[in-house]
Amino acid sequence: MKPAPFVHHAPRTVPEAVAVLAQVGHDGKVLAGGQSLVPLLSMRLVTPGHLVDIGGVAGLDAVEVDEAGVRVGALVRHAGLERHAEAADALPLLRQAVRHVAHPAIRTRGTTVGSVAHADPAGEMPAVLALCRGTVEVAGPRGGREVAAADLFTGPMETTLEPDELAVAVRFERFPAGTRTAFAESARRRGDYALAGVALAVTLAGEEVTAARASFVSVTPVPDVLDLTPVLAGLALPELPAGEVAELVRGHVDPESDIHAPAEYRRMLAAELTVRALRGLRDEARAGAA
Amino acid sequence: MSTRQVGEKVQRREDPRLLTGNGRFVDDLGRGALHAAFVRSPHAHARILDIDIGDAWELEGVEAVYTWEDLPGRVAEPLPVLIPHPALTHPRTGYCLATQEVNHVGEAVVMVVARDRYLAEDACARIRVDYEPLPPVVGIPAAREAARLVHDDVPGNVAATLLQEVGDLESAMAAAPHRLTLDLAVERSASTPLEGRGVLARWDTDDGSLRLYSSTQTSTGLRAAVAAKLGLPLAKVEVVTPDVGGGFGVKIVHPWPEEVLVPWAARVLGHDVKWTEDRREHFVSAAHERGQLQEVTVGFDDEGHLLALDVRFWHDNGAYTPYGIIVPIITATQLLGPYKPGAYRVEFWSLYTNTVLVTPYRGAGRPQGCFAMERTMDAIAARLGLDRAEVRSRNFIQPEEMPYDQGLMFQDGRPLKYDSGDFPASLAALKALVGWEDFEGYRAEAERAGRRVGLGIGCYVEGTGVGPYEGGHVHVETDGRVNVATGLTTQGQGHQTVLAQVVADELGVRLEDVHVTTGDTRAMPYAVGTFASRGAVMSGNAVALAARVVRAKALRIAADALEVSPDDLEIADGVVSVRGAPGTAVDLGTVAVLANPLRYAFDTAAQAATQFAGTFDPQRPPVAEDDEPGLEGRDFYSPTQATFANGMHAAVVETDPVTAEVRILRYCVVHDCGVMVNPMIVEGQVHGGVAQGVGGALYERMVYDEGGQLLNASFMDFLMPYASEVPHVETDHLETPSPLNPLGLKGAGEAGTIPVSAVIASAIEDAEGIPIRSMPISPPELWALRQQHAAGTVTAQEGPS
Ligand SMILES: Cc1cc2nc3c(=O)[nH]c(=O)nc-3n(C[C@H](O)[C@H](O)[C@H](O)COP(=O)(O)OP(=O)(O)OC[C@H]3O[C@@H](n4cnc5c(N)ncnc54)[C@H](O)[C@@H]3O)c2cc1C
Repeated sequence: MKPAPFVHHAPRTVPEAVAVLAQVGHDGKVLAGGQSLVPLLSMRLVTPGHLVDIGGVAGLDAVEVDEAGVRVGALVRHAGLERHAEAADALPLLRQAVRHVAHPAIRTRGTTVGSVAHADPAGEMPAVLALCRGTVEVAGPRGGREVAAADLFTGPMETTLEPDELAVAVRFERFPAGTRTAFAESARRRGDYALAGVALAVTLAGEEVTAARASFVSVTPVPDVLDLTPVLAGLALPELPAGEVAELVRGHVDPESDIHAPAEYRRMLAAELTVRALRGLRDEARAGAA
Repeated sequence: MSTRQVGEKVQRREDPRLLTGNGRFVDDLGRGALHAAFVRSPHAHARILDIDIGDAWELEGVEAVYTWEDLPGRVAEPLPVLIPHPALTHPRTGYCLATQEVNHVGEAVVMVVARDRYLAEDACARIRVDYEPLPPVVGIPAAREAARLVHDDVPGNVAATLLQEVGDLESAMAAAPHRLTLDLAVERSASTPLEGRGVLARWDTDDGSLRLYSSTQTSTGLRAAVAAKLGLPLAKVEVVTPDVGGGFGVKIVHPWPEEVLVPWAARVLGHDVKWTEDRREHFVSAAHERGQLQEVTVGFDDEGHLLALDVRFWHDNGAYTPYGIIVPIITATQLLGPYKPGAYRVEFWSLYTNTVLVTPYRGAGRPQGCFAMERTMDAIAARLGLDRAEVRSRNFIQPEEMPYDQGLMFQDGRPLKYDSGDFPASLAALKALVGWEDFEGYRAEAERAGRRVGLGIGCYVEGTGVGPYEGGHVHVETDGRVNVATGLTTQGQGHQTVLAQVVADELGVRLEDVHVTTGDTRAMPYAVGTFASRGAVMSGNAVALAARVVRAKALRIAADALEVSPDDLEIADGVVSVRGAPGTAVDLGTVAVLANPLRYAFDTAAQAATQFAGTFDPQRPPVAEDDEPGLEGRDFYSPTQATFANGMHAAVVETDPVTAEVRILRYCVVHDCGVMVNPMIVEGQVHGGVAQGVGGALYERMVYDEGGQLLNASFMDFLMPYASEVPHVETDHLETPSPLNPLGLKGAGEAGTIPVSAVIASAIEDAEGIPIRSMPISPPELWALRQQHAAGTVTAQEGPS
């Protein structure tokens, strides 16, 4: 299990990185934290001729929090985001979710932007990006551009990023005032990719739900957002119509069977996790009110 | 006075080294060695038509490419059948490199040697092997049906079949007031040590000798096997096991093809050659275990006493049988556990499949046997509406019935005769530990909170410390350092600590002065290996006996020097002194000086032993006729039979009413391995064993598809539990000394693993009210089982047969 030969590039700046990527085209791959790419290389499942290692590129390691949201640079590790108190205050969902990404050792190396670029339907952070209507900042030979989450994910492990483009940051947007979020997943072993997971954002005006949305992990080919508002709007959370929510979720998700669980189980699990996450928010709201 | 070491929770002496990254494993050795890699079969069953090495040679740094055709003499012959058995009528083993046919995915076909592993794998990628795929046999039902054969000349795919019977099964069964039949299944799992296999061969051209470093569980076995294969005198082959990162059974198999090919290549190339197995290779080319289908019919009376037990099982032995039929033999015999079965008949079929071969993995057939017996016990209790612990207790062999002969032949070819054990006391301790009597209250309380909990139990007896023998060598240096050698190997169990504890006590020296070497044929060429929970029993007693030899010699020499009788002397903290007169003393280092008459003084201490020192009697030769120079001694321990440890486990589990996720809330172990040399190490062994048992119960399986591809050959998809999945283990110990050996020891290495699947199945069944007949069980499987149960496609009770 050793990678096939490749040329290692170590650019120091974003323009340099983009220049190398442009030069090597389809034969190149960005190397960030390596936690997804290196196993694929070692098993020779991918054999790029060139690795563009962005580990030494200046200016990509910042988490910035502003009125609109949280901007995460391409070299911010999952662990750095997890620890970032301001980011967690602005968008609690970030910490709620990133804690479920793998184990501490992997979070210390793996990058959040890498997770988004990798677009694994089992990844937590793509689901978060989709739910908060975030964007990816891209640098490329044709200049910079921003891609909205809704336009980014095209299929499992597929995005609209071009091979010669570099994601320099992702922007997670704040939810409207009065929004509570939750993240729940179930994995066979703690830290494994989930059998199913859900990210949830419920906006309340007083007691009443005004909007509710969910995105999913491991049960949809891309993290598209399910609008739960139709079954929850106007209700107080204690009146949670669990059956209707579950029904909506079961209809939305489209899981595949694999050696770890059949599709029907994952479908059930996604629905149950959503209902439980909503119950958790309800209990939290009650505790807050008391 | 030195404090007694045996029985103390002495900190493991190997840990500082291992935990600070100073362990030396095979892959840490051999800088500058060439690296081997293998082209392995992608097919489960195929004929090899042609091998095209292509341009692999042209890669700069590739030193050699070998196929079977290149192998000389005995290297080209099939690997040995290590443990022949009369019932193994159709043994088959593979070749170091496959010749005409491959019989499982992962079988080695071509060997490449190159400057580094990267290049070796690049070269492998350029080699084309042309196969004609043959229909594979995957899974026990297909093997049993035998519509296709793994080996053309093995009818029915049957490697072995063995029937043992005690008493008159048929009439006992016919007379039994109640009968039940259970169909049971246990899936495959594997040892999966974190360090895979690995070999480094150093050929010394000047000396014509070979030194082999291997991550093996038997250095002496490997030495003999490699010497035979390569046609070398034993005197020219040394095998050293450096630190080994776990074995759990898989590394007792020898020689692995790579263990023959790597030294052969080193000799041909005149250069060190190394092979370090990677994880994928380990999954597809080492060994697995456990897979069995079982059919149990039991006859019992109104009180739940066993009257007749009839067991038939089908054992998947994979593609080859180099380790014989040890695993199914152990299942067949150890199935009985602490119980008297009434009349007993057991018959098994060991079947070939086109999958990785099956050899012992921690527990070695016992987990399956325990599963069969304990599921049966629960089924009897359910049928009669009796308490599950009570049914077990009614069938126990009583302490006053020891030694108890089960009337069967065990894996060592000797009678299955339990030497000791107090099963009622063990059960009482377990019930107290887990709170057996209070559980219904707890269950009711949990139910009120919408939670579903269950309690499970399982008992086992484990034959440990099988022969034929192990040896110990103890040598005291002139500075008082004590070197201890035993030939069996160590994979992290703590032998350097426990064997030092034994010698410290026996010899009367400080623990820190004792240094233990294991698994090095230079230090102890006579040994068997590490398996069957035999390390402490065999080598513990062997080093104790060797230390006694040295002690007697030390007393004799010191008595001479101090002009007293040996009977008046004692040894403590490395000093021999006259009892009651501590001033009159000589330290062991000085005794070592006196034990070795010298012509030359290499330091001041040695001067005392030289010929003009005036310390000798001119009437006697410097070394007496019946004596040897040096303060050292050697002895061997060879028991007449195995010693039988036992244990009982209980677990409390919670199952999620919706998602069917299973959580182990409590795990309790009562364990009796006789005298505990180091209770902390015993507990560590139990914890590790339970962890592996939990893997086998809830997480691990080998997912073969119909074509014989292993779909989960990585730690991403083979779900070995993490620390987060392993429950806290509560332990209590009984110490019923074995009467069979000087130290009263029984083995502890495999104990923790044996009953876990049975216990967790029992607990899930108790929580769910659905019979659990197949392990492991995952949440999706339990979820599906609930649905089948609700739909009436499985029944809660076994029908009378
Ligand atoms: C044992 C294990 C368990 C894991 N469990 C989880 C889990 O539960 N959930 C989860 O989400 N992840 C999990 N991961 C994956 C981990 O989160 C990865 O770190 C992450 O998916 C990718 O980030 P990376 O920085 O390691 O990217 P890399 O591995 O370096 O790259 C991954 C891919 O993204 C591309 N890429 C990376 N950065 C950029 C960029 N800036 N611009 C353009 N393309 C880029 C690379 O070219 C490559 O194709 C696990 C990994 C391991 C090894």
